[in-house]
Amino acid sequence: MTPPPDNTLASVPQRSIFAHTDGAGGSLPSWAPYGAFVGALVFCAAVEAALGWFTIALMLVFGALVAIVAIYGWSRAVEGRRRAKDRAITMAIATAFGIAMAPLISLLYEVIKRGVAGINWDFFTTTSRGVVGGGGAEHAIVGTLIITACAAVISVPIGIMAAIYMNEYGRGPLRRALTFFVDVMTGIPSIVAGLFAYALFELFLGPGIQLGIMGSLALSVLMIPIVIRSAEEVLKIVPNHLREAAYALGTPKWKVIVKVVLPTAFAGLVTGVMLATARIIGETAPLLVTTGVIDSMNTDPFSGRMQNLAVYAYNEYRSPGVMKQASYDRAWAAALTLIAIVMILNVIARLVYRRYRTEIR
Amino acid sequence: MEGRKLKDMFGSQAKPQAEEGRAKMSPTGPVTETTSQAIGGAPARRAKTLEAKEVNLYYGDFHAVEGVNMTIEPNKVTALIGSSGCGKTTFLRSLNRMHELTPGASVKGDIALDGEDIYANGVDPVAVRRLIGMVFQQPNPFPTMSIYDNVAAGLNFNSSRIPKSDKDAVVERSLRGAHLWDEVKDRLDKPGSGLSGGQQQRLCIARATAVSPEVLLMDEPCSALDPVATLAIEDLIGELKKEYTIAIVTHNMQQASRASDITAFFNLDESGKPGHLVEIGPTDEIFTKPKQKETEDYVSGRFG
Repeated sequence: MTPPPDNTLASVPQRSIFAHTDGAGGSLPSWAPYGAFVGALVFCAAVEAALGWFTIALMLVFGALVAIVAIYGWSRAVEGRRRAKDRAITMAIATAFGIAMAPLISLLYEVIKRGVAGINWDFFTTTSRGVVGGGGAEHAIVGTLIITACAAVISVPIGIMAAIYMNEYGRGPLRRALTFFVDVMTGIPSIVAGLFAYALFELFLGPGIQLGIMGSLALSVLMIPIVIRSAEEVLKIVPNHLREAAYALGTPKWKVIVKVVLPTAFAGLVTGVMLATARIIGETAPLLVTTGVIDSMNTDPFSGRMQNLAVYAYNEYRSPGVMKQASYDRAWAAALTLIAIVMILNVIARLVYRRYRTEIR
Repeated sequence: MEGRKLKDMFGSQAKPQAEEGRAKMSPTGPVTETTSQAIGGAPARRAKTLEAKEVNLYYGDFHAVEGVNMTIEPNKVTALIGSSGCGKTTFLRSLNRMHELTPGASVKGDIALDGEDIYANGVDPVAVRRLIGMVFQQPNPFPTMSIYDNVAAGLNFNSSRIPKSDKDAVVERSLRGAHLWDEVKDRLDKPGSGLSGGQQQRLCIARATAVSPEVLLMDEPCSALDPVATLAIEDLIGELKKEYTIAIVTHNMQQASRASDITAFFNLDESGKPGHLVEIGPTDEIFTKPKQKETEDYVSGRFG
């Protein structure tokens, strides 16, 4: 005889917040994911060694896959299916992150390792003028800073004002067209920007001209769309109720933008500009065309060629001269300097953001 | 007391009386005495009347509000009630030309401030908004500004070079008028976003009154606040009507019955149809013996 179906508690399967839905109800030790990963690496290394074609890269890739399977199986046996799935996915995500980071770490490591050799006092304080197989990159560092600063001076006002137009004023087809062209501009290959600037100046000043400001102009072509995009995003998140509050006080539109919208978005705007600057500071191709190669210091962007770090590194590597290794060292040192400048810009961007960000609800 | 007497005093006599009252006012005097003359830096006065005639409001092709005729009387609180989506807020926003800030929005009909059409050709909407201020549903102090700068924002934005001492006086009067002075006087340089929700809303009221408008529009000013803060704002509204014409949108019928003198009931026949004004009258009449069946159903909670 079966008891009649009832809805008393007794008929509900025992549920507890402690028990797992299946499995033995145990839990893995806290080192389990690391253990599984190391174990998987050892296993793969052993298999590869046995097969006779051991490589580190292969060991890492296969090791990661094996680790995912291993942690799943282990957790499934001890903790049950739900936890096992969670652990497998977590492991997969961590592995993907590791793979994404690997080239970056490797690149930094390599640049620092090779660049340090070329870094010395002379590197920052002398130019290569009249020096055979020696000299420094002072002229290139100064050139990079001048060219980039001029590019920023051109791009930031244009970019931010365009973003203000697109976000606060623009409507209809013109706005849509602008958005489209900004997207197109973002995709312009940098050499095309260089050729554009070259062709433009050639029209007025004749062929063969190379100036620092030409490089700045070429970089502006690349920088403006990045500034517009980031500024537009930042202006978009300024809440409309702040604009309305200002309008309701009888404030004209331009003052609403200057006094309320821009200050509220300030931190984000600065961050965007810094990141856009960092993005263009290492451009090589357009500068090779527009600013040329030169060994001596030039601080006037409106007259004569101007060296910069990226082109300097390229040139040291391409035509090393008699003391090859010293040239290579200087090329790497230039690359390291460039990365350091970019990092400093990023840190400044973060500091500004922290200092000036406004809580936006 | 001067301040008390001014309450019922309209018209031309009010001015000299108020000036006198102001001259006697001591900065340390009790709040009740200082508020009515002091808010917004203007002496107590007869505020202006807003009159809407056949107002139709649109969002693009959508007809949101149809044929509203009503008068918002000076020195009284007019409550706009009605179910969600019936166009109360839209109508309120048309009263200081905020409606047209929404892309595609348009207005037909006349709205007059003491007989002057605010939608006439050549009228500057910015000038209209200086005379008709607004307080919003969500307290929205400017996050980049201190408490002081928030209150002085209207002055800073709109007038060039006001002496610091005048500005100080306006800020203090506005904050006293908003019953916020004692709570914030020691931290005027701190950001306005650090205040509680109720304090922020009173800060927004102080900000709106600091530019001495004629009319104050309030769009559900208490809906984001707790009951204690709500009561504080309602008391404040009662004080403010001595100085201003006030229109307030509310979903809270107790609030309408407590805080308003005149109530206007909006409704719409079905969703997608334009909202319209059903009935307007003294608040106690609307809540006790409304003329329309619709109104009775709504205020008695049988509907909406």
